[in-house]
This record gives sequence, C-alpha cells and structure tokens, in this order.
Amino acid sequence: MASSKSLMNLLTFTFGSAIGFFVCYLLFSIILEEQVKIQPHILHNDPHGQHSADTDNNQLQGQMNFNADSGQHKDENKNIAEGLYQKVKILCWVMTGPQNLEKKAKHVKATWAQRCNKILFMSSEENKDFPTVGLETKEGRDQLYWKTIKAFQYVYDHYFDDADWFMKADDDTYVILDNLRWLLSRYSPEQPIYFGRRFKPYVKQGYMSGGAGYVLSKEALKRFVAAFKTNKCSHSSSIEDLALGKCMEIINVEAGDSRDTSGRETFHPFVPEHHLIRGYLPKTFWYWNYNYYPAVEGPGCCSDLAVSFHYVDSVTMYHLEYLIYHLRPYGYSYRYNPDSAKNPEEQSKNEALEDNQKLKQKVSEN
Amino acid sequence: MISESSSFVKGVVLGGAFCMLVTLLGHAKVGHGTKAHQHEHHHIQAPNKEDVLNLSEGERMELSKSIRVYCIILVKPKDLGHWAAVKETWSKHCDKVEFYSSENVKVFESVALNTNDMWVMMRKAYKITYERYKDQFNWFFLAYPTTFAIIENLKYFLLKKDPSQPFYIGHTVKSGDLEYVDGEGGIVLSIESLRRLARVFEDSDKCPEQGGMIWKLAEDKQLALCLKYTGVFAENAEDSEGKDVFNTKSVGALIKEAMSTHPEEVVDGCCSDMAITFSGLAPNHMHVMMYGVYRLRPYGHTYNDALVFLPPEG
Repeated sequence: MASSKSLMNLLTFTFGSAIGFFVCYLLFSIILEEQVKIQPHILHNDPHGQHSADTDNNQLQGQMNFNADSGQHKDENKNIAEGLYQKVKILCWVMTGPQNLEKKAKHVKATWAQRCNKILFMSSEENKDFPTVGLETKEGRDQLYWKTIKAFQYVYDHYFDDADWFMKADDDTYVILDNLRWLLSRYSPEQPIYFGRRFKPYVKQGYMSGGAGYVLSKEALKRFVAAFKTNKCSHSSSIEDLALGKCMEIINVEAGDSRDTSGRETFHPFVPEHHLIRGYLPKTFWYWNYNYYPAVEGPGCCSDLAVSFHYVDSVTMYHLEYLIYHLRPYGYSYRYNPDSAKNPEEQSKNEALEDNQKLKQKVSEN
Repeated sequence: MISESSSFVKGVVLGGAFCMLVTLLGHAKVGHGTKAHQHEHHHIQAPNKEDVLNLSEGERMELSKSIRVYCIILVKPKDLGHWAAVKETWSKHCDKVEFYSSENVKVFESVALNTNDMWVMMRKAYKITYERYKDQFNWFFLAYPTTFAIIENLKYFLLKKDPSQPFYIGHTVKSGDLEYVDGEGGIVLSIESLRRLARVFEDSDKCPEQGGMIWKLAEDKQLALCLKYTGVFAENAEDSEGKDVFNTKSVGALIKEAMSTHPEEVVDGCCSDMAITFSGLAPNHMHVMMYGVYRLRPYGHTYNDALVFLPPEG
C-alpha cells in the first residue's frame, strides 16, 4: 500500500516537474525571442539602429516634392535664395510640343521648372492635363519664331504684372533659377535689356542663342510685344533666335553681358561635358566663330554659378538636378566666391590702374 | 490525494526552477556567442547632425585635420586614360595618394608591383602601405581608376569612428557565406584593420598569396576572407536615410535605374546627398563630376558644416 502510494507520489512529482519545465521553457523562449530582436540594435553603435530603409520610400511615393527630403538638408540654410525668390520674380515659359510632353517636358517639370515663380509650357495645342498653353500654331522648326512671338504675347496678355523677368527655354534646356536670380539682381526690370549666351554674327550688338535660353526684362517684353503691333519687327523668319535678336536691336533693347564676376560664361549652348573637355568640340565647329566673347574650353568654360545648359536629355536632367541640388562635398570651402567685390588678381590690377592715374594727375598738375 | 497534489506542486516548482537554471546558463553562453559572431549583415551609418553638434569649435577644427586618409589606386598601363583623370581630379583631395601599378610606366610616377595578378597587386600594395605609412595615416582608401571619390564626404562619414577599431567599410555584397566589400565602390580600412591584415599576410594557410590553383577568387573576395580570419567583418555604409554612400555604378546608371523603378521621385530614389563614390566612369566623366561636385552650385544656399576642408593646391 505504502509503496504504491509513494510510487503515485513519484509519478505525480515527475509529471509535475515535466509540466513545470515545459511551461517555463515556453515562457522563456517567447521572452528570449524578443530579446534576440532587440540585441542587434544594442550591439550596434548606430543612434538609429534601423535595419530596413524602406520606410522612407513610402513617404515620398507619387510626390514630386524635393522639399520633403528634409533629412539630408537639415544643415541647409536657404534664406538668401528664398529672399531672392521674392525679390527677383521670374516667369519661365518652356517651348514644347504635343509629341514631346512625355519624352522631354515631363522631366523639365519634374526638375527645375518648379523653381520659377511661374512656369508655363507652350505648345501648338492646349493640353489641360499637363497643362500646356495652346498657341494655335503648327509644329516644326520653321514655326519656332512664330511660336515665340505668340508665347511672349500670351505671357504679356495674362501675366505681365506677375513677374519682373521673362525666361524662355526649350524642353531640353536645364535652367538653374537661383543663379539666374543672382545674375538679374544687379539689374532693374525697368531697364530695356535681355540676357543669354551672346553670339556675334549678323547682329551688331549680338544676339542670344535660342537653345541656351534667354531672359527679357519687363521693359524688353513690353517693347517686343509693341514692336509687332506697330510692325517694327517682321513676323516671318525661320531662325528664331536670330530674328528675335534683330528685333531687340531695332527696339533698342540692350544685349547684356551675362558672364560672372570672373568673366566666365553662365548660359551654355551644350551640356557641361562638351564645354569642359578640351578638344570635345572640333576647332572647325561653328561654335568657335559664333561666340561674342572669346570662347573657352576646359575648366574656364563655365561659371560655378552657371545658369543654363542645352541639349540636355532626360537622364542628364536628373543628373544635373542631383549634382546641383543634392550631392555636395561636406565642409568644402569653394574656390570661387561670387560675393567678393572682385577676385584678388583683378583687385590688384585695379589698384595699379588707380595708382597710375593718380600719378598722371600729379604730373599734369605740376 | 493531498500528498499526491502536494508532490505534484513540488514537481512543478522543481521543474520550473530547473528549467530556469538551464535557460540562464545557456543564455549566458548564447550571449557571448552572439557578441563574437555578430549578426551577418552589418550596416554602418554616417553621423547625424545631432552627433556632430555636440562638438565644440576647437574640437571640430582638430577633427577635420585628424582624419587622415591615404589613397591607394591600383592601376595597369592599359588604364592610362583613367589613371590620368584620377590623378588630375579627385585624388588631389586625399591627404596622400599613390598609384600602385602592375609595372613601371614612363609617363606617371607609381609604385611598381611587378605583377599582373590583381590579388597579388592588392596584397603588395597593402603590405607596402602598412610598412611605410602605419604611423602617418589612420584611414586607408583603396580604389580602381574607374572610381570617382569625394574624400570630404568620406571624412565626414568617418568622423566619429575610432580608427583603432577594426573597420572594413564599403559597398557590401553577399556571396554565399561571405560578405565582402565590392572593390568597384572603393574599400576603406582603419589602421587597426590594416595592422591585422599585415599580420595575416604572414600566414599562408589563412591568406595565401596565390588565390587558388584551379579556381581563382576575385581579389576583393580574397581580401574579405583574409580579414575574416582576423575577426574583421565587412560593413555596408549608409547615410542617415539608409541610402548607400559607396556606389559601384555611375550616377547616370543609377538614374536610369531610378527612372524605371520610381519614376515619380527619380532624384530622391537615386542617390545619397552624402555619396562618397561612384564607379564605371569614363575619364571625361571624372572631369564633369569635378565641376558638378566641387564647383557648380545654386547661389544662396549655405551650410553650417561641422568640418572645414580647404581646396587642395593646384
């Protein structure tokens, strides 16, 4: 009797211990699993021990808002640029056509166009979705001047009071609005003047390359539109930029010097590579004879504060956008300072000139 | 009945206690195990602005100068065009750069390694570098001549990392069990890693000079293996948003990919603002990158950076 009882006890004891062990094991394995998940984060030194980078992509899906990318731009101070945005109002209009909306104009819209105070896409026909303004012309190279005239007319009729400067670009032009504003901030929109990449043939004061883009002051636009009403300028031409340049000369709108304070060009008729690489453009190429100022190839070709590039394909649009507004060398002190009155070389040259003049004066006095 | 239930309860308590004891002992062992054999895929991140704001002005200046990067470029005579481009462009931003060439070339100065085998070249280059420069630099960056690097961003990335720790950083790839840094994106070693590497070079079992008799392993994989024996593991470098900072492709190639995978936000989907390397660049593209990175910029955007880097001479 006693032995069977103790046997029972033993059995229940063993059974109990098995259950106790099992339950405890279950509990621990659940707790430990949680810990294993946490542990790698603790072992890492990252302040943000995240494993998946996916959360960020979801934030920006379907949106074209570069300003939402605040993470990388926390160190960025845009006060000066924003001040200029308010002070120098630029209306941009982009020359495009129905067959280029998806291929080209779309990428302009996705990159630099949003930085204009106002952006308009000009096409032969209206497209309410894109949206584009319908100029009611035909398409084709020979229609370019007519489209240009109608586009400027449209801008004058609808948006004259909304901007100080009026920029024309192609759908394969990339424009850096911040640098355009810096260039134009030194001038008044009441001046009859226009800027672009200055070419010398055919027009005495030179004319601006169509592809590199050009920008008219308020006064220049007013005179241009008036010139057609009064027949001062002709309506027909197959060469848009040349015809516009001729008209500008007739109506006394000055062809401005768009070079930076160190004499480097800011509007470019080609992509950076074509200008930066010595020998890329053959010496027999028309370009060398057209440039109003001595054309430079290599690093001196292009200003740090370039305003435009042309023949920019879709990939290059985003490439430029990335290089200009995103990628930067941390902590780097740039060589060219646009705000120093003149660069040291020029400054000492000017000082020498002044000394020379003072000496001449003294001599003549004696 | 009572005695049975009491013995049952005793059993449960004992079982539980025993289990707890066993688990705790086992966990302690497991704990050590996970420390030594950290989870497979390492991600290492750039410092955040907050980290950097904690430094005083004096500390920042000192820091800018204290991160000294020595650059090793492995070249062969056939790369002359790329070699010239690298020499004229980004490599000037290294604290010191040397070109380690398979053979002597008249046009440019280089350290001649007298071998055409990439792994042997890499070994020799690292060995020579360690012997000559172990006291002068704390970080060592190895690249191929098709790579473009922004050394300032590399220094910022390394800002709060202790070079006396074994770091082996770049764009990592997993090949079976082995995680290695892809040479195309550039390889960063701390002085501690280089020290361990130099030591394991002496061991021809763990780190043979000839990759393999029949089946040669790529030099970047071979490097990972040798380093693994010394307890140094590859880490993938990312910015504070999880984007790779070492890239094995060019910006153009990455943009094309982004245009097909996320056409609505191409630039955001493409690349990091603090990218350190791009690869697969033609010599002309290096010059374009120099202009695009170090010169072309929008007026009126300023930055409050914690480090200061001046342009190199010339």
